[in-house]
Amino acid sequence: METTEKKKKEYQQAVKVLSPNSHIIKNCIWAFFSGGTICLIGHILRRIFESLNYSEDKTALLVNLILIASSALLTGLGLYSKMGKKCGAGTVVPITGFANSMVSPSIEYKTQGFILGLGAKMFTVAGPVLVYGITTSVIVGIIHYFIMG
Amino acid sequence: MDILEYLRAFITGGTICVIGQILIDKTKLTSARILVLFVVSGCILGGLGIYKYIYDFGGAGATVPLTGFGYLLSKGVIEEVDKVGFLGAFTGGLKSAAGGVTIAVVFSLLAALIFKPKDKN
Repeated sequence: METTEKKKKEYQQAVKVLSPNSHIIKNCIWAFFSGGTICLIGHILRRIFESLNYSEDKTALLVNLILIASSALLTGLGLYSKMGKKCGAGTVVPITGFANSMVSPSIEYKTQGFILGLGAKMFTVAGPVLVYGITTSVIVGIIHYFIMG
Repeated sequence: MDILEYLRAFITGGTICVIGQILIDKTKLTSARILVLFVVSGCILGGLGIYKYIYDFGGAGATVPLTGFGYLLSKGVIEEVDKVGFLGAFTGGLKSAAGGVTIAVVFSLLAALIFKPKDKN
């Protein structure tokens, strides 16, 4: 076991040394254009809803609704993971990636039951995001209270 | 209609995603950790009043990436603390994020009911 671990490490080291930096640059270019495109779509949607005289909060919610619904559809059709292979972080970091991280395990684990399969696995990634996001917001709120209050 | 405004959204969103890509390639952070890191960073930058400038510059380029979700949490909690005082710290964040989270949950459930798991070939 130990030798295989060692070999694995050596292999990873070798790969790290041999992988050209151009690989990372290529990934970054894909991430930039795919992520940028998703945000551009978001911005176009925002401008459309604003021109229809929706308030700022409602506009933000409607944009999220469309992006999340699209992501759920693309994930269900198996297209989002195909995009993800090329685009990398460009499809992970936007809200569509967050939706994908919830939809994908929901579909995959529903065969294990609706409660501990679908219901629990939905939050494999979203759970930690909410735990640390909410906790940070509470800390921000408390600090704001004592500084500004 | 200002074309530069759309370009700014594109560049801002693209840049935030590139930061994520560098973290994936250079460190061994999984995408789950990246998402947590981005939400927490967005929330801290929002609390410090820095993210507002990114938002003013990039529009949806700043709100669509998950750092924008963190910014929303910080914005909500600060507004709520200003409105109701100390207890607002416990309600403001999730209140502002309620819509997004609920939408994601409902659509995940819907998708799981409609689609069948795919074979991973």
